[in-house]
Amino acid sequence: MSDITTSMPGSGPAQPLAFHDTHESHPVNGTLLGFWVYLMSDCLVFACLFAAYGVLGREYAGGPTAQEVLELPAVAVNTTLLLLSSITYGFAVLEMQRNRQNPMLVWLVITGLLGAGFITLELREFFHLASIGAGPQRSAFLSSFFTLVGTHGLHVTCGLIWLVVLITQVLKKGLITANKRRLLCLSMFWHFLDVVWVGVFSFVYLMGVLP
Amino acid sequence: MSAHDETHAHGDGHGHEDDFGIHATFGGYMTGFVLAVVLTVIPFWLVMGHVIATSSTAAVIILGLAAVQIVVHMIYFLHMNAKSEGGWNMLALVFTIVLVVITLSGSIWIMYHLNSNMMPSMMDPSNLP
Repeated sequence: MSDITTSMPGSGPAQPLAFHDTHESHPVNGTLLGFWVYLMSDCLVFACLFAAYGVLGREYAGGPTAQEVLELPAVAVNTTLLLLSSITYGFAVLEMQRNRQNPMLVWLVITGLLGAGFITLELREFFHLASIGAGPQRSAFLSSFFTLVGTHGLHVTCGLIWLVVLITQVLKKGLITANKRRLLCLSMFWHFLDVVWVGVFSFVYLMGVLP
Repeated sequence: MSAHDETHAHGDGHGHEDDFGIHATFGGYMTGFVLAVVLTVIPFWLVMGHVIATSSTAAVIILGLAAVQIVVHMIYFLHMNAKSEGGWNMLALVFTIVLVVITLSGSIWIMYHLNSNMMPSMMDPSNLP
């Protein structure tokens, strides 16, 4: 605190006001910590939706049960796509660390294609459910199912849009520090969605079809 | 050194501006990926192959494997450790875990008997005062 100086009239040359203690240890870059705090708040949103599904997941109201409508092979394919997209984003981050722009872009495009495949399969499942009369309005189980899985799908869709924007920015400006920071934020977002999906396929799908 | 000089030097010239304190490695990602695949295949195999007869046992195993896999993702993909960002990452995570546990366990505990608590017509008349 002794470093804080104020310019007093008539006490020599004016010193600029220092508003913070320059000796404090702070993170190299606050953006990643701030983004982490955002992810934690997102985590709470999903916790509420998981709690709602936990309470309502077995309330079928005479409609189709989870065992009848959920198809595990499709979910296994979906899980594979999302897990692969997580590791390919990791490879993109490795190339970013080596400042190799083109290999990084290739990995990002592969990540985007895997994510798009995931969304396509999920939409196909949703439309199939709606077509057999198992839409979100059918029962409390289906309402909470569509809300939880749909919110995750919406996050992945937003991640895909973000990915396209970032690829465009890297193509225009190159691997500048700001773009690296953005790529690391999206990598946290993408891996976080994989973490949420682990909860979804375990809690909703695998436990849902247990007798 | 005056405060002004130090602030200036700090703002301009720290050399690790580009790595943001994250040191991802190929080995780390592959370890996480292999562990995640194993921890995903086991529960799918348990359920799709009808390996375990009792549902409750299967549910406990599935939730346990999911918890382990989430930790694996946190460590190998999200690069979590007690020291990242000066410990603030971990503090935020611990706070969130406390809130998540309260939300999940509290909701399920209180709302589990939703039907019997909320629908008088389905109550057994002999239980009424």
